[in-house]
Amino acid sequence: MDHSSLAGRIFRGIALALVLVFFMFPIVWIFLMSFQTNEQILRIPPHILFEPTLANYQALISGQLRTTAGNLEISFIRNLMNSFALSSAAVVLALLLGVPAAYAFARFKFRLGETIAFTLLSFRFAPPLLVLLPLSLYYQQLGLNDTYFGIVWVYQLIALPLILWIVRGYFEDISPDIEHAYRLAGHSWREAFTRIAVPLAGPGIAAAGLLSFIFCWNNFVFALILASADKQPVTVGALAFVTASGIQYGQIAAAIVLSVTPTLLLALYAQRYLVEGLSLGAVKG
Amino acid sequence: MLEIRNVDKVYQSRGKPPVHAVRALDMEVGKGEIVALLGSSGCGKTSTLRMIAGFESVTSGAITLGQRRIDELPPARRKVAMAFEGYSLYPPLTVRENIAFALKAQQRSHGEVSRRVDAIARLVEIEDILDSYPRSISGGQQQRVSLARALVRDADLYLLDEPMGQLEPQLRAVLRGRIKGLLAERGMTAIFVTHDQTEASALADRIAVMEDGVLQQFASERELKEHPANLFVASFIGEPPMNLLETEVARADGGIRLSVGPEVTFRIEGRTLDQGARQMLEQTARIRVGIRPQKIAVGSGDVRVRVVSNQWLGDQSHVAGEYDGRLLIAVTPNKIAARPGDIIPFALEPRHLHLFGADGTCIRHAEAA
Repeated sequence: MDHSSLAGRIFRGIALALVLVFFMFPIVWIFLMSFQTNEQILRIPPHILFEPTLANYQALISGQLRTTAGNLEISFIRNLMNSFALSSAAVVLALLLGVPAAYAFARFKFRLGETIAFTLLSFRFAPPLLVLLPLSLYYQQLGLNDTYFGIVWVYQLIALPLILWIVRGYFEDISPDIEHAYRLAGHSWREAFTRIAVPLAGPGIAAAGLLSFIFCWNNFVFALILASADKQPVTVGALAFVTASGIQYGQIAAAIVLSVTPTLLLALYAQRYLVEGLSLGAVKG
Repeated sequence: MLEIRNVDKVYQSRGKPPVHAVRALDMEVGKGEIVALLGSSGCGKTSTLRMIAGFESVTSGAITLGQRRIDELPPARRKVAMAFEGYSLYPPLTVRENIAFALKAQQRSHGEVSRRVDAIARLVEIEDILDSYPRSISGGQQQRVSLARALVRDADLYLLDEPMGQLEPQLRAVLRGRIKGLLAERGMTAIFVTHDQTEASALADRIAVMEDGVLQQFASERELKEHPANLFVASFIGEPPMNLLETEVARADGGIRLSVGPEVTFRIEGRTLDQGARQMLEQTARIRVGIRPQKIAVGSGDVRVRVVSNQWLGDQSHVAGEYDGRLLIAVTPNKIAARPGDIIPFALEPRHLHLFGADGTCIRHAEAA
């Protein structure tokens, strides 16, 4: 397959390396920053070589932020746990609601079906700030302000349309006759859904779930307005590092490393499902 | 066994006019009978099959299978097996598991399941791929697996949607014989959809010809050929299709005279026409007549045609000739020497003519051979 000359291969290697450096540099730099003190980070010119310190991580885990202005309580670990709980709960709820809905949209034509599906999708292009103000008023009256359930609910605006539209496409790719054959063999409609349609759309459901997890995890503005300190996720919690005595770059870097790692691992793990999901079209025969 | 009574199927979709896919369908299939639904695509044959299986609701009418009214039952309780046109195998299961699936769901013993799967696999020649997965085998193989999955079951009725469309001709011929043998041996009742006349003739006891959602005629192949109910059946069944000619009707003593062009006339004896046909002929000035290409004799007669093409197919000649702007095709077992442009005579005998009324129904059939 490789007919290109030596020069061509060298050129391709260099180009690939450049692209890799371009995309990986911020991550690598932040990883390095997380092992440096604020003084080391702010040195000009920056040094590649430095004496690594675990102080940033220590501060995050112990919850004590030492600054020149004194000790500061931070609840980073709690924020991290909140992020986990909120995003997972939101994705689980969105899957429970979205997968059957996606199946219905894919298999049945009903009145206003397309309108409903499109309305759900339109939640994705409305700017969040537009809905936040009325939403926070409603939430106050309903008593949902500053509750985990309230945030999980508002996260449905992010997760549900995504899951609905991605999974719908996967269901549409599966021939309905496969389910028909299963039903003729003596099974109910419900069994055909749970044992044939859902497993066949599995890679798609996993991909959609992963994507909506990432989107929920990265959300900032909903939780900023609707949750108080003890229920905030890391994205909002990171604001605590902007202190009276300056911005704590080292801790921010360490916090980023800690908060990116779980989603990164999840994405690496789920990659094969994504690839498998893309080859699902082969099922069609 | 299976009774379809006055069934209609209308597809409604918003913003589009409703589609009347099946109209007032009445059909009865006896136990152990093999029936073909034959028609061009969009004629309603697949809709009919899917209504029997239960994937389409019946807009009006009733379907009963062995005294049970089934059109309201869920597919699982109809005791119907089906082979789908798109195969629809379960991708995560091997070929063997696909075929065994329904038997296992019925909790058959392990020994019985594997014995029956092996037997049906031998019949459709897929023993060597039993442990493969559907996506790794060819379309033709998938079709045979789908067929085996339907035939392995115990059902009151077997529905086969284009069961052999993807197979090579030789294998198709072999399988047709074997499947017919299996169905006959077990007394299985089957309905299959096809657009292939050869397949319909070879497999089915009776053929239901459908067009535009309407059952045109439901009869044996011989009956369809010799006594077509209307113009559609006459022109649809038979290869090459029946020659159709517009004729002018004139009264003659003791019968009628039909004239084609300036010099050809056919005299039809009044005794060969029934009351209805005579009435119909009195009211119309022009009717259409049909004659099978096999019934036209070449080399004698008074219809002088200009040869358009002349093909020797190894065992028969197909001669196409033009007469007064109309194309006539004749099939004879003899080799004909004529070349395109030559003028040769065709003989069309009045007793071989089918007469069609203004509404397309056949008012007089040709004499049986």
